[in-house]
Amino acid sequence: MNEAATPWQKARRLLVTVGPGAFWLVVFVLIPSVLVFLASLLSRSSTGSLAPPWGLHNYVRFFSEPLFWEIVGRSLWLGWWATVFTVLLGYPLAFYIAAHRYKQVLLLLVVIPFFTNFLIRVYAWIILLQREGAINALITAFGLPPADLFPSTLAVYLATVYTYLPFLVLPLYAAVERIDWNLLEAAYDLGATPVRGFWEAIFPQTVPGLFAGFLLTFIPAVGTFVIADLLGGGKITLIGNLIQQQFGSAQNWAFGAAVSMILMLMVLLGLWLYARTQGERGLDELV
Amino acid sequence: MKRLLAAYSWLVFAFLYLPIAVIVVLSFNDSRFGVSWTGFTFKWYEALFESRRIGEYLSNTLVVAFSSTLVSTILGTLLAIGIVRYEFRLRNFLRYLLYVPVVVPDVVMGISLLLLFDTVRDSIGWPPLSLFTIILAHISFQIAYVTLVVRARLMLLDPALEEAARDLGANNWRTFWEVTLPLIWPGVVAGALLAFSLSLDDFVVTFFTSGAGSTTLPLYIYGKVKTGITPEVHALSTLMVGATILTLVLGVLFWRRR
Repeated sequence: MNEAATPWQKARRLLVTVGPGAFWLVVFVLIPSVLVFLASLLSRSSTGSLAPPWGLHNYVRFFSEPLFWEIVGRSLWLGWWATVFTVLLGYPLAFYIAAHRYKQVLLLLVVIPFFTNFLIRVYAWIILLQREGAINALITAFGLPPADLFPSTLAVYLATVYTYLPFLVLPLYAAVERIDWNLLEAAYDLGATPVRGFWEAIFPQTVPGLFAGFLLTFIPAVGTFVIADLLGGGKITLIGNLIQQQFGSAQNWAFGAAVSMILMLMVLLGLWLYARTQGERGLDELV
Repeated sequence: MKRLLAAYSWLVFAFLYLPIAVIVVLSFNDSRFGVSWTGFTFKWYEALFESRRIGEYLSNTLVVAFSSTLVSTILGTLLAIGIVRYEFRLRNFLRYLLYVPVVVPDVVMGISLLLLFDTVRDSIGWPPLSLFTIILAHISFQIAYVTLVVRARLMLLDPALEEAARDLGANNWRTFWEVTLPLIWPGVVAGALLAFSLSLDDFVVTFFTSGAGSTTLPLYIYGKVKTGITPEVHALSTLMVGATILTLVLGVLFWRRR
């Protein structure tokens, strides 16, 4: 910037601006990530902490037991379907908000749940779904027998969709806001039906926002342990629950670290696919 | 078609607000058990305000949120300025490192910091898992969000403004205080608000980095959900939702004035 700056001045400027933050990221983000990797190569000591011998045994164990494959499959399956349902709810909503006269207010209505405490939003579903809960009160008022809604897989799905819906709507809304509607006019002029006009002139313009929203929903939905923990009644184990158990009751940090590495690799794979389709700029759109 | 979209959208809004509404209503319900309405009461709020433990959890939560936000906002703002304004080796590396706390699932973030604190404590006997470690952990994810928000604001800024200040004889320090900071201030405030609410909201990272005596409100709610939810929890949640709405509305008003 300032051409006259000496190397010493440049170094000092960097030290003052980038220095503290970079130091922090190295100590509290980079080094811990390396520690997770190292821990994943260690073993469980007799007291439950980390100890030699080193090796790939944690990974071998993970990939050789069908139970763990099942957990990964279940997590991806839940992440996928929860995200699909979230899209079904959120996609039309983004269009409605963008076209509304009071769109700022409606947007605030999406942002409020987004910032409402995560645990509150999750436990609210227990109140709705439990046997003496709000939904069963409604069902029995009609003279029907109460349903066993909690704990259940359905409850986990509902709460996951509910929790991440704002994560999808916000980036999608940003994309819908930028739509060039002239393309739709042009499509109509060329004789397109409304469905075809939407599909070929409007939908492609929302794809970047849809991808970003998809990722912002899918990644945390696959990685979460709290929702399955609280609403699945301990019967639904996702990859996040597996990690939490290894660092908690199971006291096998080495194995937990290996599972964390596998989850991280899954996330990186997703991001890599995303970057391939959306380009470098796509990453910035994510936040 | 338009009406169908409107009807559908309001159903989705109902879905977004129904669970929150049920908790708010139940916090004023006289009955201790179940969801049937037996009369209006403030007694759960009174119980909440009389509970010394909950006061302690609230103060823990706020101590963590304020101190972590202060540090992360300063570090994040400086980092954003450095990344946008200067060319240097490892800049790209730093940019990728910034995305790590954003994309890593919070369980992994939590256990990685737990491993760090544990490793350090094994060798020098410090720090114990406490409010202090929670604060360090929160700063570590907040800093990325603050940097990204401030950076977005900085990129809209014309660097010529800062150069003009320097040409007029202002040193770096004065340029920063009198030109750069006032111009990026809305971004800094937005970043700080985001950092603050991320800290208040965080359960998972706190769960792994807290120790005895460092219970925060989310940890308390989690414990209650595990052992049995009482109406006091509804009252507490209602107040937290109210605080969220108030903060957001104030934030929006602040932004519109700019």
